[in-house]
Amino acid sequence: MSILLNKDTKVIVQGITGATGLFHTKQAVEYGTQIVGGVTPGKGGTEIEGIPVFNTVENAVKETGANASVIYVPPPFAADAIMEAADAGVELVITITEGIPVTDMIKVKRYLEDKETRLIGPNCPGVITPEECKIGIMPGYIHKKGHVGVVSRSGTLTYEAVHQLSTEGIGQSTAVGIGGDPVNGTSFIDVLKLFNEDDDTKAVIMIGEIGGTAEEEAAEWIKENMTKPVVGFIGGKTAPPGKRMGHAGAIISGGKGTADEKIKTLNDAGVEVAETPAVMGETLISVLKNNGIYEACVTHAVNK
Amino acid sequence: MNIHEYQAKEILRDYGVAVPNGKVAYTRQEAVDAAKSLGTDVTVVKAQIHAGGRGKAGGVKVAKNLDEVRTYADEILEKTLVTHQTGPEGKEVKRLLIEEGCDIKDEYYVGLVVDRATSRIVMMASEEGGTEIEEVAAETPEKIFKEVIDPVTGMMPYQARRLAFNINIPKEQIGKTVKFMLGLYKVFDEKDCSIAEINPLVTTGDGNVMALDAKLNFDSNALYRQNDIHELRDLDEEDEKEIEASKYDLSYISLDGNIGCMVNGAGLAMATMDIIKYHKGDPANFLDVGGGADAEKVTEAFKIILSDKSVKGIYVNIFGGIMKCDVIADGIVEATKQMGLELPLVVRLEGTNVELGKKILDESGLNITSADSMADGAEKIVSAVN
Repeated sequence: MSILLNKDTKVIVQGITGATGLFHTKQAVEYGTQIVGGVTPGKGGTEIEGIPVFNTVENAVKETGANASVIYVPPPFAADAIMEAADAGVELVITITEGIPVTDMIKVKRYLEDKETRLIGPNCPGVITPEECKIGIMPGYIHKKGHVGVVSRSGTLTYEAVHQLSTEGIGQSTAVGIGGDPVNGTSFIDVLKLFNEDDDTKAVIMIGEIGGTAEEEAAEWIKENMTKPVVGFIGGKTAPPGKRMGHAGAIISGGKGTADEKIKTLNDAGVEVAETPAVMGETLISVLKNNGIYEACVTHAVNK
Repeated sequence: MNIHEYQAKEILRDYGVAVPNGKVAYTRQEAVDAAKSLGTDVTVVKAQIHAGGRGKAGGVKVAKNLDEVRTYADEILEKTLVTHQTGPEGKEVKRLLIEEGCDIKDEYYVGLVVDRATSRIVMMASEEGGTEIEEVAAETPEKIFKEVIDPVTGMMPYQARRLAFNINIPKEQIGKTVKFMLGLYKVFDEKDCSIAEINPLVTTGDGNVMALDAKLNFDSNALYRQNDIHELRDLDEEDEKEIEASKYDLSYISLDGNIGCMVNGAGLAMATMDIIKYHKGDPANFLDVGGGADAEKVTEAFKIILSDKSVKGIYVNIFGGIMKCDVIADGIVEATKQMGLELPLVVRLEGTNVELGKKILDESGLNITSADSMADGAEKIVSAVN
């Protein structure tokens, strides 16, 4: 088992004929993801890499039975693309696009309120259930199938964490990038809930960064509800206030959203926080050992 | 993106949000002419820089006649103001706002922000005007009132009324305050603001309600559809290196240290700064080269890092996922040769074809130290610059 994705997930790609969309579609197909169609308005009826292209998401879903969508369309059109997917009843919409205006995302969130659709992102690397399904831009090969859930606001820092786990023989159940924007579809808490309910996930690594209070809210939730060990890391201890550190959401404003505050709140909730990004894997392993579940989380042999 | 107070007030005026009459002045003479044309008894001379705390730093003066306007304009123009928001180096004043003085009765606070927790725009108001809202939030949080705005309807009059009554606006001015708040929301929504802050909002002796100060920040992701706002960008107010970096799609932020950093991905870039600090070094910058770190991008990134004269060494930390390490290594070698780089350079590569990448670096004959891990690289660069 896993969360969000598995080998049966059928995916359509919105923006499949763009350079980025096409590149990552090929990578996903190579990984074994079932890419069943693509959507590019005006190119319906054609094929690309043997994948049928449709004019609308509605048609794509009707013809292919897709239950997930990944969005690579440029920022000015991305909000519309998300709403189109939700309107067509797609259960899971993963938005990779970076740079969507925040007021557009506010409207998207409002639009999704009475829909069944779960939105992941935007401005995220995507979601991967190792050896089953990869949706997004992460390098597939660093992931190994296993029992540690990963949830993160950052792309490369997730790869870093996953790599540290895989090279120590610890596989992952699912790795979820929730994205670096201030308004996003799925929060840390949403993903933690899913991991908590997933029989195959035995522990979670949660990677946050400066800006907002999502980590603090997650800490509160963990304290009350989480039955599995969680290890954290927070990036941006050295970030100056008032500066946007790459991600739209990574900014300390009005003294709020500092790394120190987040680390303290997580520690208070019983979450061990890795002191540096180099020891995310190590910290998790020591927590697994303390909880007596290390052996159960070792999934593959490693050469050292 | 930030704009000046006078520009913010012009936008507000266009939307029917009340602000005092005023004009921008770039010279002493323009300041006097502006004051003359306003024709009021009292004129306020206000330094225009992209930072708060100008009053305390001596950047806002009240003039009782034209001579005083001239004196104050002289005093403030070209002065370097140091406020809690400028950093110790301060900011030079190049523009003034010459504004009519007004007879202030009471001061209030009104602000709009994007609230992440609700994913909505929220208007906050308080009767503690003139004080920073963070301070009010810390000391008397019960004096801050909030209205969460539904994007479908926009801000409704009842919400503005409720706020106005909650912050004890006199009943004679409720109507004007409601109009003010609704207008401010409209500006925020239509102009893609990220922050709109009126501190203070004032009621005046002649019964008016207006913005004595105004701060508008804009969502840089939305500038593509806000051409008139984009034109208000004042490059004098921005870091030169940050401007240069943005031309090449590099995300760069200047810091105070001496170790230049080049990293792919915002999260890893922040984490790299952190690990340098952990090993007792000081990062000179945040720099995210993005997904495709080819020779051209790496060269531009090196140039920007090296234009900071305090840089004594460079740490490159790349997690090559989709982008292969050998390709990145080629880019680094090429860029190092082109630049004739002499400073210590530590490179940590991880990911696809990492062995091949390291081999390219080692065999380049260049003075490049390769690191086995993020921590190893941080230790190596810190000892190289110390």
